[in-house]
Amino acid sequence: MEKAVLTSLAEQMIAFVAPNEATESTDPLALIVGIDEVAETPSDPALARMFPAAYRDDDEAAGDFRRFTERDLRATKIANSSNVAVCLKRHGEKIVLTADEALCWLGFLNDTRIAIGTRLEITEENHDDLAKLPEDDPRAGLFDVYDWLTFLQDSLVRLHMDAD
Amino acid sequence: MSVAPTEVAQPLLTEEVDRPWITIVWNDPINLMSYVTYVFMTYFKYDRAKAELLMMDVHERGKAVVANGTREEMERDVTALHAYGLWATLQKDD
Repeated sequence: MEKAVLTSLAEQMIAFVAPNEATESTDPLALIVGIDEVAETPSDPALARMFPAAYRDDDEAAGDFRRFTERDLRATKIANSSNVAVCLKRHGEKIVLTADEALCWLGFLNDTRIAIGTRLEITEENHDDLAKLPEDDPRAGLFDVYDWLTFLQDSLVRLHMDAD
Repeated sequence: MSVAPTEVAQPLLTEEVDRPWITIVWNDPINLMSYVTYVFMTYFKYDRAKAELLMMDVHERGKAVVANGTREEMERDVTALHAYGLWATLQKDD
C-alpha cells in the first residue's frame, strides 16, 4: 500500500517537473548544452518554490542564472524520483537503501512535501489546524500523505546523520 | 580557423576581496529543521553545532548567511542548495 502511494507520487513528480517540450523554434544547440532561451520564475507556486529565483533584487541576473541551471535542476529532480521508483520495484516487504539511494530519497521526499505543502498552503501556524480537518474535507487526505512523508523524511535524515 | 580572443579579462580579485558575495538560506514552513541541518553538514561540511546554529538562525530570524566567497562560488552553492530543495539566494555583501 505504502509502496503504491510512493510509486504514484514518484511518477507524478517526474511529470510535474519535466521541462516544457521543445518547440520547433528551440535552438537545438541550446537544448544540447542545457540552456533555456526563455527563463522566468514558474507561475505554479509549487514549481516557483522548487525553482526559486537565485537573485532577489536583480531580475536580469536571476534570468541568466535560471537559463543556465534550471534544466539541470529539473533533470536532477527527475533522476531522484526515477531512482525512488526503481527502489520501490524491488521484491520484499522491506526496502534496503544504499547511501546514494538514500540521498535520492531525501531529495524526492523533500520535493514531494514542497509540492503538497504548497498546495495545502501550509504555514508554520496552520499545521495543527490542518491536522484537525474533518474527514470529508478534500484537504484531509492530502494532509495525511504530507504528514506521513514528513515522518519518512525525518526518519531517513536522522538515520543518515547518525550513520555519518 | 578561429583566433582566440586577445583581450585579457580585467582581474576582479581586489573587488571580490573587498566585497565578497554571500549565499543566504531563507526560512520556509515546509523544510524540516533536521533536513536543513543535514544539508549544511553534508554540503558545506560544517560540524553539527555550526549547522544547527545556522538552521536555528534561518528558523528564528527568517534567514541566515551560510557561505561567502566569489560570485562564481556562491552561484555554485545556490545551485547545490536548490538541488537539495532549500530556498537559497546570492547577493553582494553590503
